[in-house]
Amino acid sequence: MALDSRVPKGPIKDKWTTYKDKIDLVNPANKRLIDVIVVGTGLAGGSAAATLAELGYNVKAFCYQDSPRRAHSIAAQGGINAAKNYQGDGDSTYRLFYDTVKGGDYRSREANVYRLAEVSANIIDQCVAQGVPFARDYGGLLDNRSFGGVLVSRTFYAKGQTGQQLLLGAYSAMNRQIARGKIQMYNRHEMLDVVKVGGKARGIITRNLITGDIERHSAHAVVIASGGYGNVYFLSTNAMGSNATAAWKIHKKGAYFANPCYTQIHPTCIPRSGDYQSKLTLMSESLRNDGRIWVPKNMDDVMAIREGRKKPTDLSEDERDYYLERRYPAFGNLVPRDVASRAAKERCDAGYGVNATGEAVYLDFASAIERYGKEQAKINGIDNPSAAKITELGEAIVEAKYGNLFQMYEKIVDENPYKTPMMIYPATHYTMGGVWVDYNLMTTVPGLYCIGEANFSDHGANRLGASALMQGLADGYFVLPYTIGDYLADDIRTGAIPTDTPEFEEAEKEVRDRIDFFMNNNGTKSVDHFHKRLGKVMWDKVGMARNEKGLKEAMAEIKQIREEFWKDVKVPGDANEMNPELEKAGRVADFLELGELFAKDALMREESCGGHFREESVELDGEQKGEAKRKDDEFAFVAAWEYKGEPADAVMHKEELEFNDIELKQRSYK
Amino acid sequence: MSGKGMNLTLKIWRQKGANDKGRMVDYKVNDISEHMSFLEMMDVLNEQLIAEGEEPVAFDHDCREGICGMCSLYINGEAHGPDRGITTCQLHMRMFNDGDTITIEPWRAAAFPVIKDLVVDRTAFERIQQAGGFISVNTSGNTQDANAIPISKHDADEAMDAATCIGCGACVATCKNSSAMLFVGAKVSQYALLPQGQVEAADRVRNMVAQMDLEGFGNCTNTGACEVECPKGISLDNIARMNRELLKASLK
Amino acid sequence: MGGFFKSSIGRKVAMALSAFFLMFFLIIHLAVNITSLFSVELFNQLSHFMGTNPLVQLALQPVLIIGVVFHFVMGFVLELKNRKAIGVKYAKNNGAANSTWMSRNMIYSGLAILAFLVLHFIDFWIPEMAVKYIEGDMTGMIAGTQEFRYFEELQHKFVSPIRVGAYVIAFVLLALHLLHGFTSAFQSMGVTAGRKKFLQAFGKVYSYLIPLGFIIIAIYHHFNH
Repeated sequence: MALDSRVPKGPIKDKWTTYKDKIDLVNPANKRLIDVIVVGTGLAGGSAAATLAELGYNVKAFCYQDSPRRAHSIAAQGGINAAKNYQGDGDSTYRLFYDTVKGGDYRSREANVYRLAEVSANIIDQCVAQGVPFARDYGGLLDNRSFGGVLVSRTFYAKGQTGQQLLLGAYSAMNRQIARGKIQMYNRHEMLDVVKVGGKARGIITRNLITGDIERHSAHAVVIASGGYGNVYFLSTNAMGSNATAAWKIHKKGAYFANPCYTQIHPTCIPRSGDYQSKLTLMSESLRNDGRIWVPKNMDDVMAIREGRKKPTDLSEDERDYYLERRYPAFGNLVPRDVASRAAKERCDAGYGVNATGEAVYLDFASAIERYGKEQAKINGIDNPSAAKITELGEAIVEAKYGNLFQMYEKIVDENPYKTPMMIYPATHYTMGGVWVDYNLMTTVPGLYCIGEANFSDHGANRLGASALMQGLADGYFVLPYTIGDYLADDIRTGAIPTDTPEFEEAEKEVRDRIDFFMNNNGTKSVDHFHKRLGKVMWDKVGMARNEKGLKEAMAEIKQIREEFWKDVKVPGDANEMNPELEKAGRVADFLELGELFAKDALMREESCGGHFREESVELDGEQKGEAKRKDDEFAFVAAWEYKGEPADAVMHKEELEFNDIELKQRSYK
Repeated sequence: MSGKGMNLTLKIWRQKGANDKGRMVDYKVNDISEHMSFLEMMDVLNEQLIAEGEEPVAFDHDCREGICGMCSLYINGEAHGPDRGITTCQLHMRMFNDGDTITIEPWRAAAFPVIKDLVVDRTAFERIQQAGGFISVNTSGNTQDANAIPISKHDADEAMDAATCIGCGACVATCKNSSAMLFVGAKVSQYALLPQGQVEAADRVRNMVAQMDLEGFGNCTNTGACEVECPKGISLDNIARMNRELLKASLK
Repeated sequence: MGGFFKSSIGRKVAMALSAFFLMFFLIIHLAVNITSLFSVELFNQLSHFMGTNPLVQLALQPVLIIGVVFHFVMGFVLELKNRKAIGVKYAKNNGAANSTWMSRNMIYSGLAILAFLVLHFIDFWIPEMAVKYIEGDMTGMIAGTQEFRYFEELQHKFVSPIRVGAYVIAFVLLALHLLHGFTSAFQSMGVTAGRKKFLQAFGKVYSYLIPLGFIIIAIYHHFNH
């Protein structure tokens, strides 16, 4: 199948508006006759389910958690971008568009990103109308903060819990529709396959996670909003249950999977403390607004700190290497995430890591506390304040801004970050790659849509901070509800889709067979055993820096682990009851395939762009020496993989990326 | 960074399913690092059980960073265990000592029936929010500009404080009456404090309280235990505000 | 408004309203009794007024009785409902970690106060009713004299150390009941924030002083008859 991105013609500014004007609509009476399935209830799925139900469609929504409100969007901390230009600092739709394309290292689809920037302002209006308590200034107007990779303040936030508040907004909209009977909500249900009838997506097979019942659900269209695949690394900032099963199942049924190697390793996470570690905790990027990142300049100090002979606060300014400020004077500590992560890795690989594992750098708030303290002293009319007073005043401001993050850090690490710098290290956080979709957000399977982090669309090779929330809500509130109508307009006479057809039977049988296999395998090793091994290969060889040799090894090793998994995995308990191990087994089985495709994609992409860094592709000289080198002539395309049985056999389809409104440039943050 | 390696005895509620009677069972775990989170300690136990051919302990958990509200253990007689301002997933083993016996139970409330082991059904909370925990505004992209109604920083901050509720149910679990008023109070307060919420304020509080009563939660006797155990520090003031809102709605 | 008192919150408010009334009554009761410490005459006069004034006797007294009965009945009803809401009990519950003993045991301090009230009714109220409304003696005088009987009776009751002991214990429990009940009632009525600090302080003073007053009266008369 040829890849058609279905981007409308015309100037980029008018594409979306013109397109909406011409799109097929479904009249309200007919919407009642149409069912839509939404899998996943995070920002994208939740907002889509609510909006589709408002429009009049019959929505069936599914989540594996016990409430839609627990989807992992809830963990997003820092904020959501919108081109409101409330601060009057020169922001505009174009600038947000430009920053996002540049931030994504010129590997995203221009038209999608422009649309995203265009609807971003609507999101803020909508959320405020829903009662989302965004932070406000003393005049009662909305407050903004700045985020990595940009030069304006366009990030709206609700303390350090923006994701939670936005999700609760979408969830409240869902609740209203659940109460009206327009959304049928299925909590603690997991989608295990998609059902195609006559080439179109017409339903899904689910497992009730409480009773173990395998159920058939039909609809005229299926929307996948199941999030990213970061847990392929085992350790990530994702939730324990975050999985790629829905996305991977549709891939196996014909949806192309795009750019799996674009994965974001977030620079500010709490470092790993031991082998028992089950997940990594993010410290919001907003901390880089006020925190300065450093490691000691001298190896002696590094050793002294590791051995507990010195404290970080003992080191004078001269003895510290503020390496981001040194390397990137223009953006300093606010360089984009991929750049900050690689810089941390570079220092730690060189031996300057400051904890026992050698994988940690400092994020220091002492300067910010002093700066705020002096400012407050002036505001409060205190002449010649003592150092202690300045610290006290400064700490109060830092607490007001980041109090909950500092508290979280202290609970986990048992150190007071007001008094001693935080330790941070990069961790897998977000996956820019995902299911390929066209401008309508439809996959290569008709009637099958994919939105939010699960799709590949808007972020290119790297995502800027506070843009994931924006994309999730843009897709769910403002894009999909329009574009899906174009497809469903042909379905007004179809009538309800029956589930007693051979297609449903076959899909259900496949699901049952796989569950039976797990229950009867009588292996010797737990699911986590295999997941951890997969994670280690991914982190070591398909992590922050990749090379040809490592990627080839990774593909072979993952295949090996996968084969062992199928032979030797042990799933205790029964299938017809709540069984978390069985749930995990299914998810890890899919990760074991996805991981290999991931490595294959990384191997194919012989350039460095965004989150994907190939050691073979760096600038060799000049001002940018050592920085990532993109190869626009060869790789300015989307790699969309078609499933052909084994992951290694996947066939690549290219969507060439055209840049008409932005000039391709070396991304410089110097 | 290995910890001091604690050896612990765990007394855990095991219950095969909703209709099973359930009982406390003793387990031993060894060499637990003080840097582990409580749930990582549970992972260790479960890996051990799988290796021994026993069924692992089912417990709810997801984000493991204290925000999704999924984890729900009653540890040594307290919701989310002995530390303050945290969820179970943020509880670290440094709060315990070598040789300790730790009792782990599910949330207990008639309105939160056990599904399996330590997993309970909290969908009563869902139904309460469906009864009125929203502002009836459709997604259109044509709502008024977000800055059209200034909201005082004080009100916005207070609404935010109420909105931080993660819906974990610790308030119900810890309440000697299994009352859900802190949860419902927080939801009612968030909207009551914002101008957007005023239009439907009376119906909202009436419907949500009615649903809360229908679900079989107990009555608040103001012991304040919920406020202490709440991982997000939701204030008791939210209950008082809900009482006021209901009184106001009833006088209308 | 009818629906309001059927709701859980309405019942709380009803408990609080009856509590306010009872707390107000305690102040009046103590104010009258405390005069017995320094002026037999004033005490007798006030007692006679309270005991014979038709407004007090026929209007306030029934309201008081209804208030007391309501507060107790509602307290029991809520306790039973709450017990039902709990379902299975915890094997280990550390209530002391997050709440005061008083707040968790209102039903027990309440029961003790109820037991005391029964004693109190037998001691004072039933004989009083018998004298006034069965025997029809509304004079308030000791039979065959021109002296009021109230102070005499009061002193007589506190001769027995056992009774004084029972009174003291009951009032200690009343203090505990009030320590939680006072602020709880205001919380139920929706009082928050700035006003709370003052109320908490005031509540503490009230909760100690009222029972202390009654205890002093009992002990004083025990040793000074």
